[in-house]
Amino acid sequence: MVDGVMNASAGNEEPGRARPGIPAFIRLWLGGWPLAQIALYLGTLLLFVWLGRNLVANMARLGLTPGFEFLEHAANYEIGESFIAYAAGDSYARAALAGLLNTIVVSALGCLVATVLGVALGIARLSINPLVSRLVQAYVEVLRNTPLLLQLFAWNTVIHLLPVPRQALSPLPGVLLTNRGLFLPAVDAGGHGAVVAAAIVAAIVATWLVLKRRRRLAGPAPRRVVVLAYAAAVLLPVGIAAGFGVAFAPDIPTLGGFNIRGGVSMTPEFAALMLGLAVNASASIAETVRAGILAVPGGQWEAARALGLRPFAVLRLVVLPQALRIIIPVMTSSYLSLTKNSSLAVAIGFPDLVSILNTTANVTGQALEVIALMLGAYLTLSLATSAVMNVYNRRSVLRGERR
Amino acid sequence: MSALRPPALLDRSPLLKATVGSRGNLTLSVAVLLLAALALPPMLRWLLLDATFIGTAESCKAASGACWAFIGEKLKFVVLGFYPQDQAPRAYAAIGLLIGLVGLSAIPRLWSRWLAAAWVAGLVAVLWLLGGGGPLAPVPTDKWGGLPVTLLLSLGSFILAFPLAILLALARRSKLGGVRLYAVLLIETVRGVPFIAILYASTLLFPLMLPAGAAIDKFARAAVALSIFVAAYLAEIVRAGLQAVPRGQSEAAASLGLTHWQTLRLIVLPQALKEVIAPIVNLAVGIFQDTTLVAIIGMFDLLNAARAAATDPQWIGFYAEAYVFVAAVYFVFCFAAARYSLWLERHLRTP
Repeated sequence: MVDGVMNASAGNEEPGRARPGIPAFIRLWLGGWPLAQIALYLGTLLLFVWLGRNLVANMARLGLTPGFEFLEHAANYEIGESFIAYAAGDSYARAALAGLLNTIVVSALGCLVATVLGVALGIARLSINPLVSRLVQAYVEVLRNTPLLLQLFAWNTVIHLLPVPRQALSPLPGVLLTNRGLFLPAVDAGGHGAVVAAAIVAAIVATWLVLKRRRRLAGPAPRRVVVLAYAAAVLLPVGIAAGFGVAFAPDIPTLGGFNIRGGVSMTPEFAALMLGLAVNASASIAETVRAGILAVPGGQWEAARALGLRPFAVLRLVVLPQALRIIIPVMTSSYLSLTKNSSLAVAIGFPDLVSILNTTANVTGQALEVIALMLGAYLTLSLATSAVMNVYNRRSVLRGERR
Repeated sequence: MSALRPPALLDRSPLLKATVGSRGNLTLSVAVLLLAALALPPMLRWLLLDATFIGTAESCKAASGACWAFIGEKLKFVVLGFYPQDQAPRAYAAIGLLIGLVGLSAIPRLWSRWLAAAWVAGLVAVLWLLGGGGPLAPVPTDKWGGLPVTLLLSLGSFILAFPLAILLALARRSKLGGVRLYAVLLIETVRGVPFIAILYASTLLFPLMLPAGAAIDKFARAAVALSIFVAAYLAEIVRAGLQAVPRGQSEAAASLGLTHWQTLRLIVLPQALKEVIAPIVNLAVGIFQDTTLVAIIGMFDLLNAARAAATDPQWIGFYAEAYVFVAAVYFVFCFAAARYSLWLERHLRTP
C-alpha cells in the first residue's frame, strides 16, 4: 500500500512513469489482511446462500415460487384510503404504490406541521415569561417521556371520541371536527385545482428567487414591494385561470344527511397519525431550535440590539440564520425518524406502506420479496430526505461562512 | 468561552416584569392563564374529582370521571400480562432484580467489570425466574407479559447490543477498507429502515429461512431484532466518543509499549465511553419506549397488556384509563432517567 502512495506522488512529477492503476487503489483501500477481509464477505455470502436455500425449500413446500411476479396478481383486499384509484382486484403492485403514497403524504404533512409547531415552541421555550417557557417545557417533557405508540393510540381514541357529524365541533368557522374525520374549507377550482396550485407554488418560488437576487444586488426590497410581489404570485395564476374560464368557488364543508360534504377531509386514522407524529416530533424540534438559538454567541444579540433592531428582528435577521447551521443537521434526523415512525400506522389502522405490505405478506406468503420492498422503499426515502437536507445544509453553511 | 454571555432572551428578569412588564408579555400571560382555566378544571374533574376509585364497572359507567377502579381491579394483569397467576411472585422478583440492577448501574462508583458480570448473571437469573426450570414450573415465553417483558426486552437487548456496537464502531473506523464498508452497510441499513420492518423480518421472514423443522422462539427473535437495531444506533454514539478522544492518547499509550488492543481497551475506550454516557442514556430511554412496538407482532408488553385489559368484557372500553396509567409508568421511568443523565453529565465533567 505504501508503494501505491509513492507511485501516486512520483507519477505527478515524472510524466513518463505509469500512474497507479485500479489494483493499487484497491490495495490502498483494503489496507492489511486482504485474505481475512475477503473471507468475511465470503462467510456472509455463504450464510445468505444457506438461508436462501432454506427459504426456497420452505417456499416450495408451501407451494410458493420466489420472485416478484405475484405483484402483478390481483389483490383481494380493500384499502381504507388512497390518493390513487384503487379497488380490490387491482394488482398488489398498485396496492403497494397506494401505501407508499400514503406514507409519503402523511410524512410530508407531518414534517411540515412539526416544523411550524416546533420552531414556534422552541422560541417560546426561551421566553422570559416563565408561564410560557414552563408550559412549553411541560409539553416537551410529557411528549419525550412517553412512547410514541401510546401517543398514537391516545390520539386515535380522542379523535374517535369526537361527536358524530350531526353535532360536529366547529372551533373555527368552516372547520368541522367529527369522529368521521376532520374537515377543512377549501377552494373548488372545477377540477383544475392541481394545475392552479402548481402554478401558484411555481410563482411563489420564482418571486422568492427574484427577491433574493435583488437583495444581493441592491439590498432588501421595501416591505410593501415584498408583500405586493407575493400577493401577485398568488393572484396572477388565479386570475389567468379565471380568464381561461375556470370557476372558483369556496368549498365549505357542510352537513348533508348523516355525513359531511365538501371541503378537504382527513379520515380519523390519517388525522390521528399525522397529528401524533407531528406533535411528537415538534417536541424534539423545539429542543433542537432552543439549543441552536442558545449556541449563537451572546455578543450577536447585544450587537444587533445596539444597532437598534427590535427583539423579534434580532431573532429573525441575526440569530436564527446563524442558529440554522446547528439546527438543520439535527432537524434532518427528526424528519428521518418521523418518516420511519409513520410505519406505526399499522397499529392504528391507517393503510401506510408497511401496513399494506404486511397484509400482502400474510395473504401471499411472499415474505422475502415483501420485506425486501419494505427495506428498499424506506432506504430510498431516507437517502432522498438526507440528500435534500444536505443540499439545503450546504447552502446555509456557505451563506454563513461567506462573510 | 468566557466571552459568551446568556442571550438577551435569557436575561434574568424579576418575575413580575417578566409576566406583566410589557404589553407582549401581559398578553402571553393572559393567554396561558386562560388556556389553563379552560383546560385544567375538566382535566382535574376527570382525573380526580369525578373519578371512581373503588367500585364496579357499573358504578364507573354511572360516574362521569375516570374509572381508577378498573386499574385497581386489573393491575395484576396490566403489570404481568398473561403470566400464570399462581407464579406471579417469580415475575415480581424478576422486575425487582432488573430495577435493582438499573439502580446499581446508576452509581458511577460501582462501574467496573463486576457490574458487567452482574448484568449477565442478572439477565440469566431473570430468564430462569420467568421461564422456569429446576424447582420452578416452566412457563412458555408466549405467556410472558407486562412490565417484565418491557424491562427484559429493553435492558437485555441493550446489554446484548453493547459488545456488538463497540465492534461495529471500531470496524467503521478501521484502516481496513473491507471491514469499514461492512460496518457502514450494516449500520446504515439498520438505521435507514423503521424498527417495525426489522421486527417483521424477524417474525415473517426469519422462520422461513431456517431448515425445515427448526424453530426459534418468537421472544428470542424479537430480542435479537431489537439488539441489532440498538447496536446500529449505539455504534454511531460510540464512534462519536472514539472521535472525541485526542490522537495523543493512543500515541502516548503506544510509546509506553502497549499493544494496539491494550491501547483500545485500557486507554481509548474508557475515555470514549465516558464522553458519550449522556447520549447512551438517551438512547436507552428511546429503546425503552420503542419496545412498545412488539405489540404490533402480538406480544404483550406493558402497553399491550393494558390495552388487552380494556377488552375484558366486564371492563370493556376503559382505554383512556389504561393509557393514562401506562403513560404515567413510562413517564416516571423516563423522566427519572433524563434527570439522571443531566446529573451525570455535570458529575462527570472533567475540568
